[in-house]
Amino acid sequence: MREIYYRQAINEALRQEMERDPDIFLAGEDVAEHEGAFGTSQGLLARFGEARVIDTPISESAIIGLAVGAAATGMRPIVEIMFMDFMGVCMDQILNQLAKMKYMFGGKARLPVVVRASCGAGMRLAAQHSQSLEAMLCHIPGLKVVMPSTPADAKGLLIAAIRDDNPVFFLEHKGLYRIKGPCPEEAFTLPLGVAEVKRAGTDLTIVATSRMVHEALAAAETLSGRGIDAEVIDPRTVQPLDTETIVASVKKTHRLLICHEAVRFAGIGAEIAAQVAEEAFDYLDAPILRVAAPFTPVPFSPSLEDAWLPSAQKIVEAVERMLPVGV
Amino acid sequence: MDLSAEKLRSMYERMVTIRQFEEEGGRLSQAGRIPGALHLYVGEEAVAVGVCANLNDDDYITSTHRGHGHLVAKGGDLGRMYAELFGRVDGYCHGKGGSMHIADLDLGMLGANGIVGGGPPIAVGAAFTAKARGRGQVAVCFFGDGASNEGTLHEAANMAALYRLPVIFCCENNLYGEYTPQARHQTVVDVADRASAYNMPGVVVDGMDVMAVYEAAFEAIERARRGEGPTLLECKTYRYYDHVGVNATATYRTDDEVARWKSRDAIQSFRDRLLKQGLLDEAEDEQIQARVRQRIEEALRFAEASPLPSADQLLEDVYT
Repeated sequence: MREIYYRQAINEALRQEMERDPDIFLAGEDVAEHEGAFGTSQGLLARFGEARVIDTPISESAIIGLAVGAAATGMRPIVEIMFMDFMGVCMDQILNQLAKMKYMFGGKARLPVVVRASCGAGMRLAAQHSQSLEAMLCHIPGLKVVMPSTPADAKGLLIAAIRDDNPVFFLEHKGLYRIKGPCPEEAFTLPLGVAEVKRAGTDLTIVATSRMVHEALAAAETLSGRGIDAEVIDPRTVQPLDTETIVASVKKTHRLLICHEAVRFAGIGAEIAAQVAEEAFDYLDAPILRVAAPFTPVPFSPSLEDAWLPSAQKIVEAVERMLPVGV
Repeated sequence: MDLSAEKLRSMYERMVTIRQFEEEGGRLSQAGRIPGALHLYVGEEAVAVGVCANLNDDDYITSTHRGHGHLVAKGGDLGRMYAELFGRVDGYCHGKGGSMHIADLDLGMLGANGIVGGGPPIAVGAAFTAKARGRGQVAVCFFGDGASNEGTLHEAANMAALYRLPVIFCCENNLYGEYTPQARHQTVVDVADRASAYNMPGVVVDGMDVMAVYEAAFEAIERARRGEGPTLLECKTYRYYDHVGVNATATYRTDDEVARWKSRDAIQSFRDRLLKQGLLDEAEDEQIQARVRQRIEEALRFAEASPLPSADQLLEDVYT
C-alpha cells in the first residue's frame, strides 16, 4: 500500500468527504488561504471555493457557535480550533451548547459537528500550545473524542467522525503530522469506539493513546529484547472507550500499564484503570501502572519539556518495576 | 406602516397570550407546581411579538433564559410549553430541558438558553445555513443588556457582519443585568452604539411600542433577506418581575420607576390605540381575552394530564 503523511491522510479525508456531501463545510482560523496551520487543508479552497472553505476571525466561541447553529439547522460543519489549548476561549459553546443541545431538547436536535484540533507537546511551544486535554472533553456527556495515532487511522476515523451525527472532537497530535504510514487511497471508515491491538503480546498489556502509541511500540521492542512480550492497544477513540478489548487483553496478560501524554492525575488512564479494576480485578497479577506527564503545565525549555514528556524509556522503566527481568 | 386589522389583532392576541401564559406560570410556580426557576417575560411582550410578527415558520430565532415569550411569539404550542415547565413527558423536551431550555426546532426556535450570551454564536450558525440554502431565511438573536457585555456577542456580531449573514441581533434592554442596573454594568446608554464597531446599522426603538418594534424589525429583517447583512436592533423595555421568580422586590429599583414603566404598558397602550383607530372594539377585546384564557386552560389540562418521564428515559438522547 502507498505511504502518506498523517497530515495528508487528514487532507484526503476532508477532500473526499466534501466531494461526497455538499452540506459539509470547513471553517477555522487560517484554514482557507493559508491552507491550515499544519497544512491539513491544502488545496481545499481551490477545490471547493470560499463558500465551503472559510477563514474565520480569531474568535473561537463564534467558530464553535457557527458549527452548533449550522448543524442544528441541517449542515454538517467541520471546524478547526488550531490548538486545543484555545478551547478555553470557547468552552461555553462546547460544554453548554454543543454537548448538551440534543439531550436538553429531548433528543430533537442532531449535531453532526466535527471539531478538529491539534494537541500534544514536544514542539517547544510551551504551556498554552502543547496540552492534551482529552480527559476534560471525555468528562462531558454528549461529546465523542478521537485520537488517531497513524495516517490510516487518521483517515478512517476522520471520515467516520464526519459521517457521525454527534459532535466529535478529532485530536491531531502535532508531533504526528509528519509521520508516514500506509493508507488506502479510497474513502473508508473505521468505527468510533473500537480499539486496535497494534502489537500482540502475552506478558503485559500497554494501553497507549495518540503519539504515545509509538512510544509504547518502541518500548515493546526494547522489552522483547529482554524477554518481555508486551501487547500494545490503541483505543483510538477515548469516548466512546473500547473497554472490552482492553479487558480481554488484561485477562490474557494479567498486567496493565497505561500511557498517555496528558497529566496523570484524573487523566484517561485513571478511567481505564478503574474500569479494568471493576471488570478484571481477579485477573491482575500486579498493580495497574500509569506512565503520564507530571502535574505541571508543559514547560518551555527543551531540557524541562523532555523531562516532562512520557517516553519509551519511561515505559520500559515502569515495566521493569512491575515485571522484573527473569520473572 | 399599514397592516391589516386582522394582523394587528393577531399581534395583540399574541401579546395577551404571553402575558396570561406568564402570569399563570408565575402563580403555578408560587404554588409549588412548577419545579425549578422561572424567568418571566411579563412587561417585554411588545419586543417578541413586534419582531416575530415579521418572521415565517422557517426563520430561526435564538432565545435567552427569559424565553417563553419568544416561543409563544414564534407560534409555540402552549400545552407542550406548560408540559415542559412541569417536567412532563409531553413537554417540548420530554421533560429534559425545562424552562431554560425550551425549544421547537420545527418552528426554528433554537432554544432558550441558560447561559447569558450563549445564543449569539448559534444564531450566526443558523444564519450561515440560511445563506447557504439561499431561500431568504433569517436568524433573530434575542439577548439582553447583560449579554451585551459577553464576548460571544462581539465575536458573533463581527463574524455576522464579515460574512454578511442574515442575522438580526435584537437587544431586549430591560435596564438590568439580573439585579445590576445598566449604568453599573456598562458605560454606554444605548447598546445599539456598539453596532458601529461592526459596521452594521444600530437602531434604538421604544420596546413598549409594538408597532415601533414591528417597523424597525421589518426594516432589519428585509435588509437581511436581501443579503445586506446584520442589524443591531435595541428595544428599550422593562421587566415587571424580578430577574427570577414571581416577586417584584423594591430593593434594587424604585417604586416610582416601576410605576412609570407600567403606566406605558405595551399591551394596554396597543389596545388603546386599536380601540381608538376602530380596529378593535370592546366586544372583540373580550372575545380575545376569553379565547386566550380558554387556550391557557386547555394547555394546562394537557400538561397536567401528561405523565412524568420514567427513569428508563434517563439515558436516552445523549447521543444519536
